[in-house]
Amino acid sequence: MTLTLRKAGDWTPALVVFVLVIAAWQGTIAAFHIQQFLLPKPSDIVKTFWTDRHTLWPAGWYTFKEALGGFAIGSGLGMLAATLVGRFRTFGNAFMPVAIAANAVPIVAFAPIFGVWFNPLSPHSKMAIAAVLCFLPVMVNTMRGLQSASPRQVELMRSYAASDLEIWRRVRVPAALPFVFTALKVASVLAMIGAIVGEYFGGATTALGVLINSDAESFDFVPAWAGILLASMLGLALYFAVVAAERIVVRWAPPEAEPS
Amino acid sequence: MAFASRDKNTRMTYRRALTRTAAVATLLLALAGFWELYRWTWSSAGWTWPFAVDSTSMPHVWTILKAFGQPAQVNQPSLGNILFHKALFTAKESAVGFAIGAVVGFALGVVLAHSRLLQRGFLPYLVASQTVPILAIAPMVVVWVNPKLPAAVQGWGAVAVIASYLTFFPVLINTLRGLHAADTRALELMRTYAATRWTVLWKLRVPASLPYVFAALKLAATASVVGAIIGELPSGLQSGLGGAIINFNQYYSIEPQELWATNIVAALLGIVFFVVIVIAEKLVVRRAPEAVG
Amino acid sequence: MSEQQPVVEIRNVTKTFAHGNVTALQDIELDFHPREFVALIGPSGCGKSTLLRVIGDLVQPTSGTVTVNGKSARQARNDRDYGIVFQDSVLFEWRTVAKNIALPLEMLRWDKARRRDRVAEMMELVELKGFGDHYPWQLSGGMQQRASIARAFAFEPALLLMDEPFGALDEMTRERLNLELLSIWERLQSTVVFVTHSISEAVFLSTRVVVMSPRPGRIAGVVPIDLPSPRSAETREDPRFFELVTEVRELLRKRGEHLLPEEEPV
Repeated sequence: MTLTLRKAGDWTPALVVFVLVIAAWQGTIAAFHIQQFLLPKPSDIVKTFWTDRHTLWPAGWYTFKEALGGFAIGSGLGMLAATLVGRFRTFGNAFMPVAIAANAVPIVAFAPIFGVWFNPLSPHSKMAIAAVLCFLPVMVNTMRGLQSASPRQVELMRSYAASDLEIWRRVRVPAALPFVFTALKVASVLAMIGAIVGEYFGGATTALGVLINSDAESFDFVPAWAGILLASMLGLALYFAVVAAERIVVRWAPPEAEPS
Repeated sequence: MAFASRDKNTRMTYRRALTRTAAVATLLLALAGFWELYRWTWSSAGWTWPFAVDSTSMPHVWTILKAFGQPAQVNQPSLGNILFHKALFTAKESAVGFAIGAVVGFALGVVLAHSRLLQRGFLPYLVASQTVPILAIAPMVVVWVNPKLPAAVQGWGAVAVIASYLTFFPVLINTLRGLHAADTRALELMRTYAATRWTVLWKLRVPASLPYVFAALKLAATASVVGAIIGELPSGLQSGLGGAIINFNQYYSIEPQELWATNIVAALLGIVFFVVIVIAEKLVVRRAPEAVG
Repeated sequence: MSEQQPVVEIRNVTKTFAHGNVTALQDIELDFHPREFVALIGPSGCGKSTLLRVIGDLVQPTSGTVTVNGKSARQARNDRDYGIVFQDSVLFEWRTVAKNIALPLEMLRWDKARRRDRVAEMMELVELKGFGDHYPWQLSGGMQQRASIARAFAFEPALLLMDEPFGALDEMTRERLNLELLSIWERLQSTVVFVTHSISEAVFLSTRVVVMSPRPGRIAGVVPIDLPSPRSAETREDPRFFELVTEVRELLRKRGEHLLPEEEPV
């Protein structure tokens, strides 16, 4: 993205917006007695977030584990598939458009099927959805990354009489890393969403999605919003974990050019 | 002379379309073949990992295809017919959601591109907004939005709003990237013409951003279908594919092929939306769609 | 001195592309002797880069043979008998400068201490001392090329192939790097084959200039350079320098069909 937020000062506008929005939110609802039925006051949400923590937080952890498992499996398989496809060049080139078109299929529609396959109450069905959602972006981007090494770099390695495996290890894989992390960032967000969508079609009562749903269905919107807040936080946590990993692994990236 | 070359071009386009269709057909056949092979292997060997294979968990390809021609319930039109109409309903929601999301995303992108301050202030939240599971918010959006809509649009209008939520983000991000992608030297050139910001925007930045915008529109097209289906789930709408999924899910153990048929239709809908954008891109951007992403 | 076995022997090499429709090289016969500095010059498309790659076994000739150090080109590549420098520095973005220079040494399985010492030595030689921990993007174009040269010379190959290494640099950096290259060459006593577009650079650096004709690439002529060694900035002002430059230029202008007589014994 064309935004670097490394210095503390860069965060000031965002903080200002945050404070303003929360204040406005709280104020408007209090002042106009808007049905807090739908949009509760932020203070109420935070309060419930804390008071319900004994049911809420473990539920969040349960769902987070599903998301994490799905993320790991889906991304792992995606990278593996990209490596295999990359070995067979011509197959890979024909495969790309297929993969991109496959990305257009709404996986969400298949959620109930996964429930049938893996027992709707078990976390595996949700893990499967998260995994499928993560698989494609990771595979497509890893493929792109593996192809991104310049031909001269490969020629240089050949002048060192490098074997295909060595070229793979020393050139293609490092060159692919930035692409892989971009995909992992996308996948990290998708994983949590996939888990929650999966839980809509049935899941253990100890799962966050199920909890939010039952609260919403009984018009208990304050705990529902608290649950949503937690889900969002967990999704962000996974995303930031990936960003942190990227900073460590991809140490060489030049800072993105600030646009004029 | 021009006549002959036009002929050659159309011939080449036909030829390419033909090979593409043949490739797709082969792929589908291969998929069906793989399905049956997997099914046969697993059920003969009796393996239960990752899941047990039988006629409920994996109906035959033929059973699923046949189900399209049969009525789902007595004295009703065929399943294919019903699914087609439900797909149209969902398509309507997706298209409207796509349009709203694309316009909002693009407009936001233009605004944020011009103000670094606004970018720093709002972009983190726009990014974080995508981590909020819309499925969880959907019921509240439905309850909140529907009363505000004119009667003709009620019901599916709320779903369109939900779909637009998933759509606007990729368009916003890529519009931002695209508007900044203009070559600095081209920008300097415009400045020597004393061009106003507005002119620079429309004559340079927007055309330069088109490859990025189309890349986003492709993602957004898919997202709008996903958003529409997800939006339908809690809203109790029977007329769309989301409703069909819930319905057939309940009857799965009796008639598994109906849910599979619905899924196939949903997949087709997503792919159709995607292909429409690809074709639009070929028409608007008169060169090969770039692999920007 | 030419009784020594030539380092590179090119016999009757022809290279065609696109099913024989494009002839890049035609019947090339050439020898390179130990410790020579040979410049290959010619118009665009004359096949000089292709010839370099044929010597390095990065491209196979359609017909003819190449012998390097008495072995086939392929064997020489497998034995890592040469180093190569491209016009673009081709440094790995994910490695520091020091690790980039160490790359061939890693391929040769040198141990860590030996690698460290050699890298330090090379960085000193190309005046990049202190930049070992930097990443390529932090260096200027000239510095990146220096790193690329350090990498090529790091394992002291007997033969060095250079494909317009200074082409992307400005004139002043170019002239300075020319001198640095010559001092490295003299110290390490390697044989250098140097492809270039620049007549003055070719004459300044080499002991022999091979002029190639436009496609299909043939040898249009060979000009021995008898300027005194070691070369310096003053060499460029020597009247003999201008004479040689003119000689090369006139050879380039000819749509050459005739080969000049082979080089006289040095």
